[in-house]
Amino acid sequence: MPEVLVRARGLTKRFGNFTAVDGIDFDLFRGEAFGFLGPNGAGKSSTMRMLGCVSPPTIGDLTILGGDPVRDGAAIRARLGVVPQDDTLDNELTVRENLLIYGRYFGLPRDVIRERTARLLDFVQLSDRAGDEVEPLSGGMKRRLTIARSLINEPEILLLDEPTTGLDPQARHVVWDRLFRLKQQGVTLVLTTHYMDEAEQLCDRLVVMDRGRIAAEGSPRQLIEQYSTPEVLELRFDPADHEQAAGKVGDAGAQRTEVLADRILLYVRNGDEALAAVRGLGLEPQTSLVRRSTLEDVFLRLTGRRLED
Amino acid sequence: MTVTGTTGTGTTRTAATAAERDRAGLASPWEMALRQFRHWLVNYRRTWRGSAYSSFLNPVLYLGSIGLGLGTLVNKHGTAQLGGVSYMAFLAPGLLAATGMQTAIGESTYPVLGSVKWRHTYVAAVSSPLRPRDLLHGHLLFTTLRLAMNCVAFMVVMAVFGAVESPWAVLALPAAVLTGLAFAAPIEAWAISLTKDSPFAYLFRFGLIPLFLFSGTFFPVSQLPVWAQPVAYATPLWHGVALCRSLTLGQIPVLESLGHTAYLVALALAGLYAGHRTYRRRLYV
Repeated sequence: MPEVLVRARGLTKRFGNFTAVDGIDFDLFRGEAFGFLGPNGAGKSSTMRMLGCVSPPTIGDLTILGGDPVRDGAAIRARLGVVPQDDTLDNELTVRENLLIYGRYFGLPRDVIRERTARLLDFVQLSDRAGDEVEPLSGGMKRRLTIARSLINEPEILLLDEPTTGLDPQARHVVWDRLFRLKQQGVTLVLTTHYMDEAEQLCDRLVVMDRGRIAAEGSPRQLIEQYSTPEVLELRFDPADHEQAAGKVGDAGAQRTEVLADRILLYVRNGDEALAAVRGLGLEPQTSLVRRSTLEDVFLRLTGRRLED
Repeated sequence: MTVTGTTGTGTTRTAATAAERDRAGLASPWEMALRQFRHWLVNYRRTWRGSAYSSFLNPVLYLGSIGLGLGTLVNKHGTAQLGGVSYMAFLAPGLLAATGMQTAIGESTYPVLGSVKWRHTYVAAVSSPLRPRDLLHGHLLFTTLRLAMNCVAFMVVMAVFGAVESPWAVLALPAAVLTGLAFAAPIEAWAISLTKDSPFAYLFRFGLIPLFLFSGTFFPVSQLPVWAQPVAYATPLWHGVALCRSLTLGQIPVLESLGHTAYLVALALAGLYAGHRTYRRRLYV
């Protein structure tokens, strides 16, 4: 049985009358990569801030590394690494100074910080920028530097709040690669994302969050198997025929049909057979696409909404 | 976990790590404050030249123009209202206390709000073992340092202008620093709670400038209209001015001086207490 690092029961966060996190339960095990998947406003960041011991839970039980986040916050944070959603680097200092200052916050001796800085900058491929100011670095470089900074205390749990939001595709892949290496080295990762590809790439286990609640939990594969069909047939009709077609495709034998503004999704075992059945009904889509189910389909099924809306 | 570079492989856990963690989480409040203090020092290293320059230039300009220039006229007119001392000797300690106030307000407004709103350095810091109160303490330590630097510079210039009348003047340095802290702590507690910086303009316009002009800095409060005098006596700057002035002149009414000190200490402590709350409320949302 792997060691439980975080245990949450009935965890709730309210801001005035607004309930951001509404009584969620989850466990985090050592060595896994655990994800919170959900649209903006689902309560992911609020959950992360509670895990980071900078936001006291309104009600519920939360145990992190065996401690209480309110009472033992400082001691717990000494063992966490945090990569916040917004850039919190000190732009007026150099890359190296940022790591020095942050290491000092943890009470690390200067020589330890110096040795780790060299290693971490190498790890995030910023060694050649060590003496430069942070301000002119690209978004991807800043994110990598934030990751390096979060590792200065050799944390047991790394909390990443939307680690690749706002990055271009190439920069995202570099970040994913680094996170994957960390996972291989045994660092426990907790991340939030509204990108299903990110969740599929990085997470061993994830929860789907919607409106402050957990809608489903499992590995990406399990979630897809449980909440979706092996294949999805995407149909696009002439906008004039869209509504009429939406009324008729139900007879094509799909397990479930989703009518979106621009497309119709048929959840089926075999996409090509379903397309033949649609044509058999006398419907002729402008375009059609057969693909495998993704987490997006799980999300749509669970919440009735698309992730990136 | 030890993270290895691109060329390295494998995972090692050093024996030092456990000890490091204890140190990180369970350090004394003093050590925690010092960690934040050092951040301000690293920042200050980049800008100290300009500020050091102005901390000497300002007293030279003020004491030269008002102390010497205007003072010559005042002295001819007779200085009985000033307690019989030269205008320079009267003015300089007032400006010393005012320097404490100005330095304190400068350090406790934009830098504090900026740390949470623009630079996000406080936001990053609370993810470490540092707690909101450690950030407050660290910044007050740095403010104390800045106060000491500016007030020492002021007193050096003051001595050059011959405005120091008594060896008790060495105590005017801590008195001026204390005057600054009586402003810094409450203002810092307030600044962290703001969402925008426009209230600072009101503080400068309706707080700093009237206090600077009317708290006994340039002329005795007894020259004010009778109704305004109690207001002036209630302001922290007046207590700082009176304390500094009695020390540099060597005319020290002991009970009154203790009263001034107690007033300023109480204000600083009230600010510290409020700051513990406002810092936590802002940073632990």
